[in-house]
Amino acid sequence: MPKPLPADSVGLVTPRKHHFDQPLALDSGRELPEYDLVYETYGELNADRSNAILICHALSGDAHAAGYHSENDRKPGWWDSAIGPGKPIDTNRFFVVSSNNLGGCSGSTGPSSINPLTGTRYGPDFPMVTVPDWVRAQARLADVLGIERFAAVIGGSLGAMQALQWAIDYPDRLRHALLIATAPKLSAQNIAFNEVARQAILSDTEFHGGRYMDHGVVPRRGLALARMLGHITYLSDDAMRAKFGREPKGAKGKLSYSFDVDFEVESYLRHQGQSFVERFDANTYLLMTKALDYFDPAAKHGHDLSKALAHVTAEFLVVSFTSDWRFAPSRSREIVRALLDGDKDVTYAEIDAPHGHDAFLLPIPAYFDVLRAYLEQVAEEAGV
Amino acid sequence: MSELRPDLAIISEWIKPGSRVLDLGCGDGTLLKYLQTHRQVSGYGLEIDPANVVACIRNRVDVIQTDLDAGLSDFDPDSFDYVVMTQTLQAVYQPHRLLREMLRIGRQGIVTFPNFGYWRLRLQLALKGRMPMSEALPHMWYETPNIRLFTLRDFEELCREQGIRILERHVLDHVHRRRAWSDLIPSLLGEIAMYRFERK
Repeated sequence: MPKPLPADSVGLVTPRKHHFDQPLALDSGRELPEYDLVYETYGELNADRSNAILICHALSGDAHAAGYHSENDRKPGWWDSAIGPGKPIDTNRFFVVSSNNLGGCSGSTGPSSINPLTGTRYGPDFPMVTVPDWVRAQARLADVLGIERFAAVIGGSLGAMQALQWAIDYPDRLRHALLIATAPKLSAQNIAFNEVARQAILSDTEFHGGRYMDHGVVPRRGLALARMLGHITYLSDDAMRAKFGREPKGAKGKLSYSFDVDFEVESYLRHQGQSFVERFDANTYLLMTKALDYFDPAAKHGHDLSKALAHVTAEFLVVSFTSDWRFAPSRSREIVRALLDGDKDVTYAEIDAPHGHDAFLLPIPAYFDVLRAYLEQVAEEAGV
Repeated sequence: MSELRPDLAIISEWIKPGSRVLDLGCGDGTLLKYLQTHRQVSGYGLEIDPANVVACIRNRVDVIQTDLDAGLSDFDPDSFDYVVMTQTLQAVYQPHRLLREMLRIGRQGIVTFPNFGYWRLRLQLALKGRMPMSEALPHMWYETPNIRLFTLRDFEELCREQGIRILERHVLDHVHRRRAWSDLIPSLLGEIAMYRFERK
């Protein structure tokens, strides 16, 4: 944690946990008999409970969106650039809630939790969870927090899919949905990348059918490979060229004529893979990528997205980034078009940014100008 | 909102209360905001400039960031009562296609554009032999966004060819005021032209 603490930081934050003892029915047909959700909040809920914002995290995120858990933390939460006093998601005005998805590995019930029915770790027996499952669980958390209606539900990438699902499943419980760098469903190419990532994990000899923890090991190579692959899809070709080029790694730039690291980009990917293994769980990674693959709100409506969105009442802000090839602007336009078909309130901004999919996490001025302007209107409407 | 630009005031009189409007190249959203507040109009603005998109958001106008040259295929036929385009037709790559698109998705179209046949422009070209510039056309030829310069007569001829019926026409000066004398010879004395039209 930097000292002195910047004025626009939420500072030290403490995650909270709520235990739900009512079973949760899941899309897969199975159910969770009981579960915990870990969440963080920033800012204050106002008297008429109109200023709550829900943040939905992406594939590898967690409840820790802003601030620091301890003074020794080197890095703040994953969306600290956007959340804080005076930042676009202004905690002087909004009460911000950020929860860790079910199946996660950061405190909410997931594969590494104990199954109350067996007394042993879920491991690979943890039920498959979907985006609608997550939204149902979050709605229960909102009940606990006394939030009848969110001023806005906000997410990027997989998080934006949750925000979209919120608007479909609970039209009366949010005024605005902010969808950033997302798609209405995955393309074959998106699924293909996820499948290779899963195969990397599944084929690691230390995976042990998902019971690696019982063996006291972690499928490190598989999980690291999955993350390395993911990172390639998060960056644009230009961003990689600018960041690494063909910069040689190591002594005097001589080629090693071996399979060691020769180039900076190799070193970066290896580092990303290794550090991911320290903080993330392989079973969770498998579940989250499946949740992505399964997301398709139009499927139940004859594959017509505008029909799926027919009953939404939220106003939408949809944001895409020009260099994002994982979820390209054209994918966001599919959502915009379906909203236009239904005469829904929608604003669409296509941010000219070279960073690729990762752009949604970066404080790009043109992007934050849009977020800030939009959320100022949301705040005014909420009376804060 | 006190001072609405005179051309926008005329447009808002043309538009029936409660109708659905698409504003192509909507700028900061001034017209749509006025129409929403005073004419109970709903609709969207299309805009390419990021700063204008932010201004629209602040004006609480639903805006879609898009390039008009990429077409209007996101919109279904007859989804608007009016499709409006102020001071933009001369800046798009294929104005004739855009006019057709306007009348595909809207029942009526409204456009304003600088009249290249305005007498001072004619005089500049005739006497100086240089590409004319004026308050309504303030850019040098090599950096102007106005890549399709045309006159009232050109526009009306295009409408005839495209099967478009002109319902109303006004000409204005460069600060968008109506001058009684301009109506004597509009193609010569009008600096800015305004049209309302529909499919034949």
